[in-house]
Amino acid sequence: MDNALRNAFRDALRNTLMGLALAGALVTHNRAEAATVTISCGTVGQEFEQCRKGAEAWAKKAGHQVKVESGPTDASEQLTVFQQQLSAGASEIDVYRVDVVWPGILGAHFIDLKPYIPAEVLSQHFPAIVQNNTVEGKLVAMPWFTDAGLLYYRQDLLEKHGQKPPTTWQELAEVAKLVQDAERKAGNTKMVGFVFQAKAAETLTCNALEWVDSFRGGTIVSDEGKVTINNPKAVEALRTAASWIDTIAPKGVLSYEEEDARGVFQSGNAVFMRNWPYAWALANAPDSPVKGKVAVMALPKGGKDGKHTGTLGGWQLSVSKYSKNPAIAADLVKYLTSPEEQKRRALEASFNPTLISLYKDPDLLKANPFYATLLETFTNAVARPSKVTGPKYSRVSADFRNAVHTVLSGRGKPEEQLKKLQTKLERLSRRGKW
Amino acid sequence: MSAPGAPVPITPASPAGAETLKKETRPPSRSSLLERQRVRSAWMFLLPTLVVLAGVAGWPLLRTFWFAFTDANLSDLEAAQYVGVDNFILVMEDPTWWRSVWNTFRFTGVSVALETVLGMLIALTLNTRFPGRGIMRAAVLVPWAIPTVVSARMWGWMFHDIYGVINAMLLSVGLLSQPMAWTADPELSMAAIIAVDVWKTTPFMALLLLAALQMLPEEIYEAAKLDGANRVRVFFQITLPLIRGPMLVAIIFRVLDALRVFDLFYVLTTNSSESMSMAVYARQQMFEFQDLGLGAAAASLLFAVIALFTVAYLSLARVTAEEGA
Repeated sequence: MDNALRNAFRDALRNTLMGLALAGALVTHNRAEAATVTISCGTVGQEFEQCRKGAEAWAKKAGHQVKVESGPTDASEQLTVFQQQLSAGASEIDVYRVDVVWPGILGAHFIDLKPYIPAEVLSQHFPAIVQNNTVEGKLVAMPWFTDAGLLYYRQDLLEKHGQKPPTTWQELAEVAKLVQDAERKAGNTKMVGFVFQAKAAETLTCNALEWVDSFRGGTIVSDEGKVTINNPKAVEALRTAASWIDTIAPKGVLSYEEEDARGVFQSGNAVFMRNWPYAWALANAPDSPVKGKVAVMALPKGGKDGKHTGTLGGWQLSVSKYSKNPAIAADLVKYLTSPEEQKRRALEASFNPTLISLYKDPDLLKANPFYATLLETFTNAVARPSKVTGPKYSRVSADFRNAVHTVLSGRGKPEEQLKKLQTKLERLSRRGKW
Repeated sequence: MSAPGAPVPITPASPAGAETLKKETRPPSRSSLLERQRVRSAWMFLLPTLVVLAGVAGWPLLRTFWFAFTDANLSDLEAAQYVGVDNFILVMEDPTWWRSVWNTFRFTGVSVALETVLGMLIALTLNTRFPGRGIMRAAVLVPWAIPTVVSARMWGWMFHDIYGVINAMLLSVGLLSQPMAWTADPELSMAAIIAVDVWKTTPFMALLLLAALQMLPEEIYEAAKLDGANRVRVFFQITLPLIRGPMLVAIIFRVLDALRVFDLFYVLTTNSSESMSMAVYARQQMFEFQDLGLGAAAASLLFAVIALFTVAYLSLARVTAEEGA
């Protein structure tokens, strides 16, 4: 009896101890698993806020910590920072936000995401973007949101002055001039016709490529690597754009980026604006002076036989090869690119999903009525020649936008500038072999 | 005022320091035991500084020089190969580089000249006795205390063509009939940059000149007063010759600083190839285009320009000093 009691007590004690040990192991195990992951978020418009929201939701769900970092608004500036960090093998940032033209430049520093993303999930994204993000068979970046240039306009002002939305650049210039002058006469002295992004930064490359492509003037460098920019259509496109400066566009656009243009448009001082889709939610925010007065459409055609186009933009998420927690970082990427999160971002901030099915989602169509037409714009979007020019893309883009900037500021004729550019790029490419 | 990350060279010792050192280490003739001991302990005290300088200034500088002779690329530093003076030739052949050299020199010349004149006026004002002088002296330093990027960004907003306060002010007093695009045009943005630099660094100049003015003995001025010299004459014949040395030091400080200007150009221009400074050019080659070799060559040339300037200035200053003696 005494023995039995002692045995029972010993068993109980052992069980308790084992239970405690197990519980302790579980707790410490959990603590070891809870990692801190750092993500670099964008800062244009609401991007940072939305990025932090998504990342924190993931952290709560996954039981990890997340740190959000911010960088410069200009893409090529950010690329510069990233290149320095990555070439130094820095492990401070786990998840990088990558522009659509970067996978070729930075790809070598990122892990292959294929093991973390099921194939059937990947196939729901725009195939062109997935292909863009696949470098030498490795999925170096996961599509997050996509972009193309759009034309915003003040529906109320066009109606007030009896004008129709323009279909060509020529019509845009006429309507813009008419409304601008009428509004100025009516006492609205700050009114301008058209704002876009012409600072000599990556954004000017996007704007100018749209003009050239809308006139069917090609893509600077063809897919085969041939430099094609010196052609009559491109000359016509640049001459058209240069004629806007100081007539319908303020001279200041020559130093505008996205947010400068949005500042002018959203404060009610512009009739037309070229910008990315993110500006929609902000222009219709409760505190926006132009709330409910704005409409969006595809960018105008270059003449009757031109085409509607937009430069393909968009951002991806990549996991650094130097990350200390690549698997956990990949999980964050998986969460942020999931249908639920992409839908939330599209509803709250009009970031365009990279999942085709979401463009038919009734909730989204209600919040962003332009999505139906946008699907077409995305299929017609023109890509920058980043894949064919590879690591030399930054230089190609800089030479192109400098030539364009010279034309826009009236310091050079389009013919001679494009001829010079052609020679420069041909020398850079070593006769098309990039 | 230095480029983030870019190994833009800094001249290690100030010319003033160099002069005093030379005087001390050039004793008339025989060196006594005591003298030698003093020299030794001086080196002992200098040693930690020299080690730190070699580590944080010398090493990066030498590395930059080395990269200038290679085809180093930022994406793969290990694969760098020696290419001789190719990079220097490429930079010299680039019209954009010469444009940036011209921009930098123009900026340096105009801004330092304005800062010297304005700084002198402020220093003379602050040197007179008036109530609240202490507060005034502290207050003028405020623009100088703000980091350049911050003030450049701030001025960027003020210069904005549609909602900037500068245009609003000039329009309301009738100096302009329509808003100017201050930061869009290369000529106007140069004026804007110079204005911001003058606003920012004149206090520094004024402070150095004020320190020089305060060392001047009162008696000379009293004597001049008795002789009946007017204020302008006193300034040009007494004050200016007496503070010439410190003034030249202040000017060279500003010139060296202005030659490696980065942030003002970077923030306040369109960044087009027409409106770059030498440091901005080097940065673009190095980081945006990943061409570390070419960027290093440009940075080395910038260093050479600054070094040349310093040497020429020092020898010139010595010649005039000896003439004066």
